[in-house]
Amino acid sequence: MKKALLGAALGALALGMAAVPNAAKADEIGACLITKTDINPFFVKMKEGATAASVANGINLSTYAGKVDGDHETQVQAIESCIASGAKGILLTASDTKAIVPVVKKARDAGLIVIALDTPLEPIDSADATFATDNFKAGELIGQWAAAKLGDKAADAKIALLDLTPSAPSVDVLRDQGFMKGFGIDIKDPNKIGDEDDDRIVGHDVTNGNEEGGREAMENLMQRDPDINVVYTINEPAAAGAYEALKSFGMEEGVLIVSVDGGCPGVLNVQDGVIGATSQQYPLDMAYKGIEAIKNWAETGEKPATTEGLNFYDTGVNLVTDQPVDGVPSISVEEGMNRCWG
Amino acid sequence: MSETPKSSRQKQKFEHALGSSDSNVAQFDHKHRSLFDTVQHFLHGNPTMVPVIVLIFSIIIFGFVAGPKFFSPFNLSLIMQQVSIIGILAAAQSLVILTAGIDLSVGAIMVLMSVIMGQLAVTLGVPAPLAIFAGFIGGIAAGAMNGFLVTRIKLPPFIVTLGTWNIFFALNLWLSGAQSIRSQTLDEIAPLLKFFGESIAIGSARVTYGSILMLVIFAVLWYILNHTSWGRHVYAIGDDKEAAELSGIRTNRTLITVYGLAGLVCAIGAWASIGRVGSVSPQSFQEANLQSITAVVIGGISLFGGRGSIIGPLIGALIVGVFNSGLRLAGVDVLWQVFAIGWLTIIAVAIDQWIRKVSS
Repeated sequence: MKKALLGAALGALALGMAAVPNAAKADEIGACLITKTDINPFFVKMKEGATAASVANGINLSTYAGKVDGDHETQVQAIESCIASGAKGILLTASDTKAIVPVVKKARDAGLIVIALDTPLEPIDSADATFATDNFKAGELIGQWAAAKLGDKAADAKIALLDLTPSAPSVDVLRDQGFMKGFGIDIKDPNKIGDEDDDRIVGHDVTNGNEEGGREAMENLMQRDPDINVVYTINEPAAAGAYEALKSFGMEEGVLIVSVDGGCPGVLNVQDGVIGATSQQYPLDMAYKGIEAIKNWAETGEKPATTEGLNFYDTGVNLVTDQPVDGVPSISVEEGMNRCWG
Repeated sequence: MSETPKSSRQKQKFEHALGSSDSNVAQFDHKHRSLFDTVQHFLHGNPTMVPVIVLIFSIIIFGFVAGPKFFSPFNLSLIMQQVSIIGILAAAQSLVILTAGIDLSVGAIMVLMSVIMGQLAVTLGVPAPLAIFAGFIGGIAAGAMNGFLVTRIKLPPFIVTLGTWNIFFALNLWLSGAQSIRSQTLDEIAPLLKFFGESIAIGSARVTYGSILMLVIFAVLWYILNHTSWGRHVYAIGDDKEAAELSGIRTNRTLITVYGLAGLVCAIGAWASIGRVGSVSPQSFQEANLQSITAVVIGGISLFGGRGSIIGPLIGALIVGVFNSGLRLAGVDVLWQVFAIGWLTIIAVAIDQWIRKVSS
């Protein structure tokens, strides 16, 4: 009798387990997507890509996200849950690219493939692969565009650089340094923001990547030099904030604002002349290709290759502008709108 | 201790020595306070003087360090502009802190209400004045919800507002889809939302309506707190809730109105923030709640309630603004600005504790 009861209980438990959606079936490949937040349109698009690829390839996808950008703890817990769930691979956009490395190693030791999306880990080979925008190139494109747009006047430009946060994550450094290189500034150490001594640089300030920060940072740099005529911004919300600051000074005319991202409001701002040019990236592709790579790895044991000449897989970047210049390839605002995210 | 011959009781022999001893050993001394004590007493009577002195000194010091740019009317008006939103939130925060509570949700209420105003006006096409009004009602409701949980469910304010902070933040992201409403869209559909971003030029100074709004809010709250019975009740509750209740103050009802009013002030701040930022930005002001507490604390309002002037947080917010501006103009790195504000906060609370220890 006791045994029968026990058997029934175990049977019920087994049934219960089968009903839990996330418990991967033996033949199904599990994958996890861990983003910085689940509300930023960039990551929403990523989730869209991952979901579409999972449906197409019969992958069991779980998604996790931090509460805000910079929420490292939640991401650590997400990776731990993911290891415990028996998934085959993790797609990760890390909030803290250095601190996440030990727990990523734990996942890899447990036999999972870890692919960093959008944001490379530090060092980059802490992940099995990185699917990302070439952020240095994204910066370089807008730098080249701004220099070409100014022509001879580029030699005595006054440049403001609106970066992300004081901790300067890799994306911050890559875009900032890429922009300067594209503009024709000697960047010295490409891993360090602010070691340049070019007289054209008015200064750097941080924006937290939002409008409020962009406005305040722009106001601060205008205080140092009201003749600023080129503004590099880490992303489009910061660019919109910078424009508001310029407008409040009555100085929005004749200042070139360049940015990176290619979100829909950002592309609209290119159309409206707020932003001169922006480098568009493709989060949907990153996640879509990431899921395919996990499947391929689970079936064949092959890790994804890197793009030639780079230490990661480049998911592509295009300059969006309605004022194309010679020598810098770009796409139109219309095409940018078709491919924008958010 | 002079001898009284008619004393009914004869002094015992060992007591005779008392006559020649110093009789002043156990006297209270009121006349010879040290300078230190005098200062302590003065500050106890005038808690707002600490931030005022700090503000004056920091302006003088940064005037030297950062050079003439710092003193330009333009820069001073810019500081006003930059602190206006945190200042308004600090006003809301002060109301709650005066009752010995704390409101971690002020920033989240503000951003949520700005999103509600923006979404109503832009996405749903509600006329702008109505959208703003709805935001005000929402702010009162959000604040009153905090007040209800604190008084009726009897949860500590810290826990309640920690919870609602997250709740309001999540609602904000849900309603906005984490997407900003662009400045150009607002100009087209609901320019009224950006009203407080407009400015009056006085010489080279640019005073935004938002900065003026901040001053008006402080003035109105100062009047209410000092010249209405409701205002005195707020102080009484913060000083000693039991005693206030025993003297006939309906403490719970007053507390709910305090949180509700704080919510309304946040909603007014929401309108001003749209003008300041230029767009409806759900990702902005993520640290505003903590910055508002910093301003309140530096402004000399006691976290233990019942003490401090509402003008203090205005001064506190300005001190933070002056520090940031001065350090920036002096070319100091962002992280050292954060470092300086951190120390300023700790020193402010230390001074508050010291003043509280005053002997009467």
